[in-house]
Amino acid sequence: MSIETIESDEVERGKAVGSSMQRREDRPLITGEGQFTDDLKYPREVQLVILRSRFGHATITDIDTSEAEAMDGVLAVYTEEDILASGLDNTIPGDGGQDHTAPVDRHLLASQKVRYQGDPIAAVVAKDRYTGHDAVDAIDVSYERLDMVTDIQDALQKDAPVIHEEAPDNVAFEWSSGNADETLASFDDAEEVVEVDLSINKVVAVPMEPRAAVAQYRPAAEELIVDLGCQSVLGVQDHLSGVLGVPEQRITVRAPEVGGGFGVKAQPYTGHILAAWCAMQLERPVKWQATRSEAFVSTNHSRRHDLTARAAIEDGRIVGLHVDSTADVGGYLTSGGAGVPSGAFGTRLLGQYDIPNAFVEVTGVFTNTTTLSAYRGAGRPEAAYVIERLANACARELGEDPLEFRRRNFIEPDQFPYETPFGSGYDSGDYEKTLDKALEYVDYEAFRERQAEAREEGRYLGIGFSNYIEICGGGAGGLQGGQLRIHPSGKVVARSSLVENGQGHATGFSQIVADELGVDIDDVDIVAGDSDRVPEGGGTGGSKAITMGGNALKEGAKKLRERARAIAAHELEAATEDIVFDDGEFHVAGAPSRSMTIEDVASVAYSGNLPEDIRGLEETTFFSPEGSTAPFGTHVVIVEIDPESGELEIDRYVAIDDVGTQINPKLIEGQIVGGVVQSIGQAIYEDAIYDDNGNLLSGTLQDYAVPRAKHVPEIEWDSTVTPSPNNPLGAKGVGEAGTIATMPAIVNATIDALEPLGVDHIDMPLTQERIWRTVQEAQEE
Amino acid sequence: MADHDITLTVNGEEYDLAVESRTLLIHALREGLGYTGPNVGCESTLCGACTVHVDGEAIKACTTLAVQADGREITTVEGLGEDGELHPVQESFQEEHGLQCGYCTPGMIMTSVDFLEENPDPNRDEIREALEGNICRCTGYQNIVNAVESAAEKLEEAE
Repeated sequence: MSIETIESDEVERGKAVGSSMQRREDRPLITGEGQFTDDLKYPREVQLVILRSRFGHATITDIDTSEAEAMDGVLAVYTEEDILASGLDNTIPGDGGQDHTAPVDRHLLASQKVRYQGDPIAAVVAKDRYTGHDAVDAIDVSYERLDMVTDIQDALQKDAPVIHEEAPDNVAFEWSSGNADETLASFDDAEEVVEVDLSINKVVAVPMEPRAAVAQYRPAAEELIVDLGCQSVLGVQDHLSGVLGVPEQRITVRAPEVGGGFGVKAQPYTGHILAAWCAMQLERPVKWQATRSEAFVSTNHSRRHDLTARAAIEDGRIVGLHVDSTADVGGYLTSGGAGVPSGAFGTRLLGQYDIPNAFVEVTGVFTNTTTLSAYRGAGRPEAAYVIERLANACARELGEDPLEFRRRNFIEPDQFPYETPFGSGYDSGDYEKTLDKALEYVDYEAFRERQAEAREEGRYLGIGFSNYIEICGGGAGGLQGGQLRIHPSGKVVARSSLVENGQGHATGFSQIVADELGVDIDDVDIVAGDSDRVPEGGGTGGSKAITMGGNALKEGAKKLRERARAIAAHELEAATEDIVFDDGEFHVAGAPSRSMTIEDVASVAYSGNLPEDIRGLEETTFFSPEGSTAPFGTHVVIVEIDPESGELEIDRYVAIDDVGTQINPKLIEGQIVGGVVQSIGQAIYEDAIYDDNGNLLSGTLQDYAVPRAKHVPEIEWDSTVTPSPNNPLGAKGVGEAGTIATMPAIVNATIDALEPLGVDHIDMPLTQERIWRTVQEAQEE
Repeated sequence: MADHDITLTVNGEEYDLAVESRTLLIHALREGLGYTGPNVGCESTLCGACTVHVDGEAIKACTTLAVQADGREITTVEGLGEDGELHPVQESFQEEHGLQCGYCTPGMIMTSVDFLEENPDPNRDEIREALEGNICRCTGYQNIVNAVESAAEKLEEAE
């Protein structure tokens, strides 16, 4: 069942929210008119190419740039020395949020030691890209290779190579949360203890546009202008200012079209910072465009954990949850590198279950691999994976149906707002409802019968459930600006700091603003992605565009409407409280003929003859929600596995999601389906694999298996609506839900299919080879 | 590096240009001629973001040399549609929400147009198979398949 879209001129005034209006973002993108960073071209523009370490761990003894410098068309070759000579300290900020063992700031360019394959060493600026790459190849770096360690378990061994002297045991951070004593005690008294050991694969986000930036410097005005595909123009402005020492107000950051973000375009990286620095050195536009190979080794990876999760069970209920995890942070603690695998992961581990005692410990470990940080879901897909694998293991141990076990342990609707032992809150929920709706799509009893019959014929079908929550959409104390202006013509411009990466923000924002002001949707324009033109606020990430950005604009529009009401009262010579706003018109109560449209009001709003407090229709609102939001849902997967070959086929994928109030159902469906397929990638195909020498073996799209159209099933999507009490729209975050739900459903289905063959555990990715080996091993036992 | 004088006809317009032996068609189009619709996603034929038509056939411009296209007719996404109207495939991508970030979209559209000429009445599996050389990381493909299916109907009606 696919949702039909409507064109914007078919949207009724006042009824935009909830309609599946076609995206206003699309036209430039389907005609080739849309400009991504590399499509921009400025006069005198030159190209930056970065030399990166070939080795995962090495000491640099010499960098000979003479041959590169002598090449025709090469403007400059830079190393750390040049950066220091310009007065910078050659560092970029890392994860500042935790108590760390190792320094978190890392070098822009390495001169002494490299810690992962891809660590930046030198920069070439050349007249064109081809020459730049030639020159990078001509730089002669002398390395002394060091022993290296690419896996977290090996890195914790006593004699493991040391990656940072400040962290001789390779431990980057230690973190814990929850009620430790009560939790551990609950295991002592438990009737039953169920334990799972899980290894979560390291994955690469792979937005289709590799990172890129083009920077211009205007020395007379001392202004820096940087265009780049990013998630937060104000965030980039901040860190560029911090690193380069250019005052923030003199830096303009613009995001043109952005070819996917998924969390990995949110952090500071050498590439765009160096482009800006080079532009300042050379006083001409400098562009950097990563190649795909460069993107694979230098853009953050994510999600790698090895962990043990235990449940203490009394009367069929989980009374204690203890998770002890080791997480990979890569070669450096980059921005989000500690926060994502600790708090963002650990405090979401309860899932949909009412568990009174919970305790989680995470040890972050350095390895000689690419840095790890946020990737769509950021810790929550891992958390959902853990609790949903554990829920299935509990049911298996108790000899009961996985749904029966889940239903007994669900948080009940009357328990909201619910606070977990980790101190995190769920705003609202109705977990039985999404599960029941999923079962309207999948006849569970009939499936179990079909499964039994198939087994008789030697065919292996399995069903897997994932009942997930996430916590997202900003939180109490968070702030988001929304700026609106109704022009004298009546046309509306709304501005937000959120950066479009493919979500359709402008479409959703315009729906919200149009309804609040009672104007036609096509009379509302959205401005975003330009630090000079948007109000303060956050960037894109954590599924908060609608919950934060949308609500800020809604509140701002509401204030503007009230001001318009006062102006209408003034014009109609009535008291403000006697003016009614209805169907896009202000009229005097009881006298509908004495009326003004909002356009009429706008045409008189900019006049010095109005009292000062009601002049003009401009408003900047700073919105802060009551709290975060907790979307939830049930995903059901049916698989068939051929144990002879290890082949896995997804027969059905049903996703029922509750994201609160829906602004545009078609876009929500699109976000969920896209997220699901991304996590099908992690569950079945994708793995960032390193060899013992620190080479990323799966470092191209040939080896790193991003799913293609024929690899993925049709997703049957539906929803329930449980509004959030924490924001005026009642909306919950959307963007990450699909990625969070998927993995445990697929793995649980796989284990369910293979249970008769003695399989009760398997790790991701569920490649054909891994399934085949798992079956073989289970048969040998 | 030896220079070559070549002639490319792009979206009906003829251009004479000098390229190096190693210049890729995608760079000749994007940087030489300003056709920035096709994108570079992998430099290795694997993602399809750079797909254009050469003499009516979809090819990956990131692994084609510019000199190989000498004297040929090239169509990029900018050249689809007539008289300011969208091509039915473009239209369907919009109607079916077949794109999100839009980076893969020009390639997806060019592959789909070529495919529908070869197979005007495909089933969903055939569409998925046909898109094998184009990666999308946003949509999960479903709405792209819907778009191609719906474009096929539109094209059939137009016949």
